[in-house]
Parts: sequence; C-alpha cells; structure tokens
Amino acid sequence: MSDTLPLLKMERISKSYPGVQALEAVDFDVVPGEIHALVGENGAGKSTLMKILTGAQLPDSGRIIWKNQPVNITSPGDAQALGISMIHQELSLIPHLTVGQNIFLGREIGSGIPGFINWKKLYRAAQELLDRLNVGIDARTEVRFLSIAQQQMVEVVKALSLNADLIAMDEPTSALTDRETDILFRVMRSLKAEGVSLIFISHRLEEVFEISDRITTLRDGIFVGTKEAATLTEAQVVNMMVGRELGELYPKTNRVRQEVVLQITNLQDNKELHGVDLTLHKGEILGIAGLVGAGRTALAETLFGIRRAVAGEIKIDGRPVRVNSPGKAIKLGMGLVPEDRKLQGVFLNMAVKDNIFISAMKQVTTWGFININKANRLAKTFVKKLGVRTPNVGQRIRNLSGGNQQKVVIARWLTLNPHILILDEPTRGIDIGAKAEIHGLMSDLAAEGMGVLMISSELPEVLNVSDRILVMHEGRVTAEFSRDEATQDKIMLAATGGLDQGGMLNENEHV
Amino acid sequence: MKTNTFSPLALLSRFSVLIILLGIGVIFALGSEDFLAPNNLLNIALQTSIIAIVAVGMTFTILTAGIDLSVGSIMALCGALAAGLAVKSGLGTFGGISLALIAGMLLGAINGLLIVRGGMPPFVATLAMMAVARGLTLVYTNGRPIAGIDEAFIFLGNGKVLGIPVPIIIMIVIAVIAGIVLRYTRFGLHVYATGGNEETTRLAGISPGKIKMAVYIISGFTAALGGILLTARLWSAQPNAATGWELDAIAAPVLGGTSLFGGVGNVGGTVAGAFIIGILSNGLNLMGISSYYQQVIKGIVFILAVILDLFTKRKK
Repeated sequence: MSDTLPLLKMERISKSYPGVQALEAVDFDVVPGEIHALVGENGAGKSTLMKILTGAQLPDSGRIIWKNQPVNITSPGDAQALGISMIHQELSLIPHLTVGQNIFLGREIGSGIPGFINWKKLYRAAQELLDRLNVGIDARTEVRFLSIAQQQMVEVVKALSLNADLIAMDEPTSALTDRETDILFRVMRSLKAEGVSLIFISHRLEEVFEISDRITTLRDGIFVGTKEAATLTEAQVVNMMVGRELGELYPKTNRVRQEVVLQITNLQDNKELHGVDLTLHKGEILGIAGLVGAGRTALAETLFGIRRAVAGEIKIDGRPVRVNSPGKAIKLGMGLVPEDRKLQGVFLNMAVKDNIFISAMKQVTTWGFININKANRLAKTFVKKLGVRTPNVGQRIRNLSGGNQQKVVIARWLTLNPHILILDEPTRGIDIGAKAEIHGLMSDLAAEGMGVLMISSELPEVLNVSDRILVMHEGRVTAEFSRDEATQDKIMLAATGGLDQGGMLNENEHV
Repeated sequence: MKTNTFSPLALLSRFSVLIILLGIGVIFALGSEDFLAPNNLLNIALQTSIIAIVAVGMTFTILTAGIDLSVGSIMALCGALAAGLAVKSGLGTFGGISLALIAGMLLGAINGLLIVRGGMPPFVATLAMMAVARGLTLVYTNGRPIAGIDEAFIFLGNGKVLGIPVPIIIMIVIAVIAGIVLRYTRFGLHVYATGGNEETTRLAGISPGKIKMAVYIISGFTAALGGILLTARLWSAQPNAATGWELDAIAAPVLGGTSLFGGVGNVGGTVAGAFIIGILSNGLNLMGISSYYQQVIKGIVFILAVILDLFTKRKK
C-alpha cells in the first residue's frame, strides 16, 4: 500500500489559535482506496487538521498536495470541488426534507423551466446512489423517519453524489449501535473497494483496528506517527496517544457486596419499559448493557422521576417510594448524570463553580443570597477532589474538555451526597485518558459505599468497569452476568433478543 | 429493510386542519340554518380572502423559522398609500396601486435587512416595523380616512367576475402561485431548507440570507395587496385598518400545520387555516355571540393550534 502514489499529502501543517499551538508541522497522507484512521485525544488536533483539509480553516503554514498538485483550499466549496467531503459528527441533514432533497440540496436537478426542479429525475438519481450502497433507504422518505445509522448512510451518499474521492468521517459511530456500526463498516469497505479513500476518526480503538488500513496518531498538535494497523496493538496506540503509560486501562478493584440500596420490581412506563426487575447493592457498579432503544435511558429517566411509571415498585433502603419528579428523586438520594452532556448535563455558558453548586444552593446561601466565599470554597473542594482540569473555578465550563465537563457534572451530584448515582453513557465522546479517570472515580465512589448504576453502549466499558452486568432488550432485563462470566458474545446475544434472532451469533448458544 | 413512512400521527397532523374545518362547519350548520346558505358561504370566502392572502405571505416567513408582525400595519399603510396616491396625488388607480405594492415590498426588504444584515430576531425587527408603519399611516392620513377612490379601485374589492367576487379570485391566484413556488422550485425548497437547518443550507452553497430577504419581501407584498383590497372593499382607506390582523395572519398558517419552528408547512394548510378563522367569526356572528367573546374564542383557538404544533413536534 505504501508504494501507491498518495491521493492526498498534507505537509508540515501548522496552525495556532491565540494561546494554543493547535498543530505543529503535522504530516498526513492518504493513498487511494484506503481507510485511514486518525486518532488522538480530544484537543490533539484531529478536528483542526480536518478543518484545514475541508477548507473551514486556513493553515498558518504547510502545504496540501492533492493528486500530485499543490492546492489551496480556502472554503468548503473548494474542497468539494476537488472531491473532498466531510461528514461531521453532528449530522446535518434537514429532518423534514426527503432523503433525495437532502442529498441534492443546492444542486437540484433542473427541469426545462428556469428555477423549477425536476423531481422525478432528482429522485431517480438519488435512488441510484442509495442503491449503489445497498442500504435499503427510499429516496422519498423524510429524513426524520430514519434511524441515526440510516442518516449516516444518507450523509455518505451525499458525499458520493459530490463525486468525492476522499470522505472524512468524524466519529461516525459514536451514536450507532454495534449492529448499525457493522452496516456502516460494510458500506465503508464497499466504498474502499470502489477506490474511494476514507479518513476515519474515532475514539473507539476496537473499531479503528477493525476497519482501518493505516493509523495516524496525533498528540497535542504534534504528529506522532503513521503505521499500518496490522503492525500495531491497541496498547501501542494508546501509548502513542497519551504519551504516557496508562497502567491498566481499566483498574480492577474487588469490592465486597453489601446490602441492597435500590430494588425495582416490574417497573413499566407507558411505552419503553415492559417490566424491569433490578437490584442494586451498596458499593457496587451495576452495568446496564443493551442496544439503543432497549429502554435503558427510559429506565434511568423513570427511576429519576423524569418519566412516569405506570406500574411496578421502587424500594430504596427497603422502603417503597414514589418518584414523580427529579426533585423527589434527589431528595431520595439519587443523582443522574445524563446521556447528553451538553444538552442535559451542564450549563454551558456558566462558570465551573456555578455548575457545581447549583444543586447545593442551600449549602452556600444565607437568607437567599449566595455567599460567594462559601460557593468558591465548595467548588474548589470538588474540583480538587475530582481532578477537574480548569485554570480556575470561574472558568466557563464550555471551555473545558468533555471529560472535565463530565467530572463537573459528577461533582454537582457529590455536593448532595447521594447514595445512588445513575450514569447514562458516562464516557461518550470522552478521550481515553479522561475516560480512565472517570472510571477510576466511579470505582472510588462505589468503594465509599455508593450504589452506582452505569448505562453504557460500549461493551469493553461495561465488561471492565461493572461488578455485575444486566442486559436489556425491548424494555426488559434479559440476562444478568457477574463480571467474570460476562463476554461480549453473551451480552450481544441477550441484547439482540437471544435465540429467536440468530443471525450473526451462534444460534445454539445459551445464556 | 424499506423505511416505513406511514405513521397514524403524521397522517392525523397532515389532515388535522381539514378535520377541524369540517368539525367547525358541522357545528355551525347545526347551530344556524343560515350558515349553509350559498350566499353565506360565498360571504365567508369573501371575508376570508384578504386574510388568506396575507397569511400566504406569512407562511413563507414562518417556514424560514421567522415571523412578520408588521403585516397589519403594512396593510394599513399601503392601503392608505394606494388610495392617497390615486386620489390626492392624481396618479390614478393603476399608478397608486402599483406604487403601494412596491412600497410594501420595500418595507418587507427593510424587515429583511434588519434581520439578515442587522442580525435582529425577526420578532423584534418586525415588531418595530409594526409601530413604524402604523405611525407612518397616521402621519400620511392625518388620522382621517381617505375616500373618493374610483370605480375601478372599488371593483377590486366588491366586483365579481363570472359571479365570483374579485378578492376570492385574487386569493386563489396568489395561493396557487405560492403553492407552485414552494413545491416545484429551487427557491421553494431552499425556503424549507433554511427553516429546517440554516447551517446545512449554508454549507450546501445556498445563501440563507438571500432566502430570508426574499420571504420578507414576499410577506410585504402580500400584506400590501391585502391592504389595497381592504381599502377597495371599504371604499376608503382607514388609518386604523387591519389593526390586530397580524394575529389572524399568523394563526392561519399555524392552524394549517405550518410549524413556528420552521421547515414544515404548506399553502393549502394556510388557506384552510384562514377559512377556519373566517368560518369561526361568521358562525359566531350568526349565532349571535358578541364580538367581545369572539376575540376570546379566537385567541383560544390559536393557543390550541400552537399546542397541537408542539404536541406533534414532541411526539414525532
């Protein structure tokens, strides 16, 4: 592969923002028909490099050679014209337009009359592109009816319709289930077979190894290396990314099971939960696995009083309780670290300290006025305790990395001393170093006697962080494993509905 | 795996406006025997036509996730300008009306500039324009009606062609043109796209700013046209004409399924929505309900329409 002429060469690309050297003389190249993974922690410069490639940012120095010609890419239009497309992490399709309209937006196929669109032709062309990927999507469907994975495919088709030779995908799998990821990978491989090159950015190393031919690692804006994926191990890549030994990625601590803190029987809401039973002990991390839509988030939200339960019983410390609002849940000693950090977890425009003490107003107010000294003290205590990396507690939280934001969300709950902490996808979109810190934190909290309920779609996380694992499928718990019994295959089998589904798993395997 | 596009809720929300329209019709037909008389039905259409025309223009602004609160004032100002220019300035009916229509588009363009160039929220920009245009109307008319418009002008509001009142014909023409533009043209698709996701639209090489300018100019035009027809119907321009009509003009598209969040809606719904409002006031009149209560009922209907919008949005 390395003796093929490169499709793209980025040479000694540098870029600095006020106060930050985002990229320093980074080299990057892509050969035709390869899947090239770009890895690095958040802030390593991956996005900046992609922004420069796709014309959203201009480099301070360095040059880009495309098909053996030096090129100037000064706008997204330039990149598109050359055949370079980018699929952003936040999908940008317009929900109420059809698939075909989205694909050809801005490049509609005209009819004879100026200004008019030939819908028939447009839909035929869109359908041809969709069929080429064999994804079974109808071009006339409105995008809002598609799953996230299907929308991802539409983005790919949109890129293809621009005759892209190179498609950069920023974390395309972060919102996909494993099965959907498989479909995406199939599409990526067939594109590769057609000679299209792909840049794949992901935090999930297993995926990186599964799909890519070569891996380029960036760290703190510096090029660490490009290597054939086959010659590397995950541990080596992690090392290249963090530049330090992480020790064991998932620290194992053996905790002693204590008394039951939370017991749920036959919990049902009116649509997604069809009778969930669950027991959570003090001092344990209970992992909840399952596919997206299995009812895991519904379970968290019902427990926390965001959704209404229509049947079932919740007992805390042996006492039956009714949780009809988040306020009630908090009074009962629960905390919820929600799935969507930016939307539900943090107040992006507020300071770190505000984000910490906002739930603990009583502790920092006198006669309804905020005692600034007390508030600062409280915030500083938790920033220190949780190792939040921030210049000071007055910093706006939007300037912190995802991992540090998540720590602040956890800190907010800790101000209230909860004895049950529910975390919904606690490390989604968080880089590897910070991930390990959050896992360590969860471990510490459990060791202090807290009952920790962790919902996660990342199987390695579920397998390595939890003391016990429950698997949900279609609103029910379909399996329970101890940490030692659990394997990826067993979990996937239970998560996909077990024996009746068969397919990619061994049909005879019993859970 | 074919994608399933059928959803009972989507179907319900698609036809909800017709269901409401029918429901209200049945109630009034039962409540008053005059309601279904052909003359009354034609009367309803006539009363509805002007608000429907303005509401069609409003549909464009709401589709881009904007709003135009200045339509009532623009109606009054352009209605007065048309009459004043025709009668007082001696430009004649054709000249007066043409200039008034251009004035409406200019006012819309100013709205657009404030929003696109000035970065003002549409609500604020058009609220200011509402005050400015109403004030200009009072200045121009000195607070007194302008009468004396000629037969041709009056014909626009009160004449008939083949037995159909002229305003109804104009409403149909405007609605059909708007419907075709939204459904079959690039511009139409780009209006939906701008309201659906402005950033994506920009990245697709379309200028959302231009689209927004255009929709406020369209809204200014239809408001001016509505104002001119109102003047024609009343035989004179009233300085306080069309006060509060922006509520009806916004309620019609919203009742007709146009989402205030942008990107969803169509002209057919808007016209149906305008008819709901028209039938409501006509029916309530026939049932002898005081105009004070009618205001209250209209407001409640509007709230219900927005709740329906929010509900279908959340359920999706």
